[in-house]
Order: sequence, then structure tokens, then C-alpha cells
Amino acid sequence: MEKSYSVKDKDYINAGKVSSLIKKELKLIGVDESIIRKVAVASYEAEINMIIHANGGDIYFTIEDGNICVVFKDTGPGIKDIDLAMTPGYSTANEKAREMGFGAGMGLVNMKRYSDEFDLKTCPTGTTITLKFKGA
Amino acid sequence: MKAEKIAELLKARPISAINGLDKDYKYVSSSDLMSDCLAMITNNQSETIMLTGLCNIQSLRTAEMLDIQMVVITRGKSFDEEILSKINEFNIDIYVTDYTSFEASGILYANGLKAINRGKKL
Repeated sequence: MEKSYSVKDKDYINAGKVSSLIKKELKLIGVDESIIRKVAVASYEAEINMIIHANGGDIYFTIEDGNICVVFKDTGPGIKDIDLAMTPGYSTANEKAREMGFGAGMGLVNMKRYSDEFDLKTCPTGTTITLKFKGA
Repeated sequence: MKAEKIAELLKARPISAINGLDKDYKYVSSSDLMSDCLAMITNNQSETIMLTGLCNIQSLRTAEMLDIQMVVITRGKSFDEEILSKINEFNIDIYVTDYTSFEASGILYANGLKAINRGKKL
């Protein structure tokens, strides 16, 4: 299975919709609930990050050989200090994002924690985050 | 504790009641920070209610991702029309109480509901 989606910059009202769609797809094909939850939470954090920090972007969702892979690709300004960004509680979220309940500084931490494989590549012209989960 | 009893204790009014007043809950997560909820609600999700003063679509989206089935909005806040029109997208029972988060947390704790498992002893 292969699907792709787009998210728009600062589209807070629809933030999370793609993760919800991915969750529904996994439910339809009968993936275990606990795995669905991990995929949904990690994807939601990544999707929110794209909207808050990275001018939106594209999301690619595939299932192959029992593995789920979700790739988040944006053309935002990149992450200057990855180690700092991965520190729980550290956030560069703006005022609007904080009003919406984001900016706790747990986004990347949650993505890494809930996925079986977490890969982050970043440069000043964009960031790609790849999340992999076993057991589809 | 049944959903009906929780609503009664908090004097909460329903915005959306799908899962039934008979549904049983044991744990409460109380937070306005959604990433904290995502980080901390790691088990017993179907028996956990979310208490939050964050009255926007992202509190519902967070509950959806976690399979939380009951959300209580504190401080008497109300959703705007745009969000109300999307409420049925979520299979979540949503209530509103005029109590503050502190008061609502205290009431539920005093009546036997437990904190979510934070995963480590203090």
C-alpha cells in the first residue's frame, strides 16, 4: 500500500487530519491496536511539527513486508541544533502554536520513542523524517 | 467509575455522548499541553479520561490519536461553530464543566479515580 498527502503551512484547524486518515487505513486492514496507536501518535507529532515549524510539506505512507513506513518531507528552514531539538521540554513554537496546545517540547522525543526506527535528515532548505514501525 | 457518575460529580453537560453513560473509567489525565498527553498516556487508554482547559480541535485530535473515549473541557469553555460541525468525526464523548482543572481533578481524585501511570516511582 502506498499513499501520499499534503499539509499546509500553519493550517492548525486541519492539523492531525492526515494522521487520522493513516490511523483509519491501518484499522481497515486489521493492524494491531497498539501498533496503530504508536503510528498515530508519532505521525501526529511529525505532522504538527511540519505545520508549526516547516511551512507544511508532504507525507508518504507505505506498508511493505509487514512494515509500516511514514515519511515527512518539508521545505522549511531545517533544524539548527538536532541535539537541542531532541531535548525534552525544548521548543521553538510560536505564540499561536502554544495557544493551540503545542510547544511542550516533546514532539521529536515522542516520534523517536513511539517508532521502531527514527531517521532525521535536515538542512537549511528542508527536513525529512522517516518513521518505521514493525508488525503490520 | 461510570461516565454518568463522572458527569454528575463534575456537573458537566454533554456536547457529544456516543460511547454511552455506562462506560467505565479508572484513570484521569489532566493537562493543557497536548504533547505531554501524548508522552504520558501510554497505557489503559480506553479506561482514561482527558481533563483539559484546551478547548480547540487539537485536544480532540490528541484524544483520537490516543483512543481516549471521554474528554472533559474545564472552565466552562465552549467550542466554536466550525469545530462543533466536525465533532462527529471523533468517536469521543465530550463534556464541559464549569469547574477549573484543579477543582475537577480534585473531585475525581477524591472519588477514587487514579492518576495515569507515569511509569516511574517518585
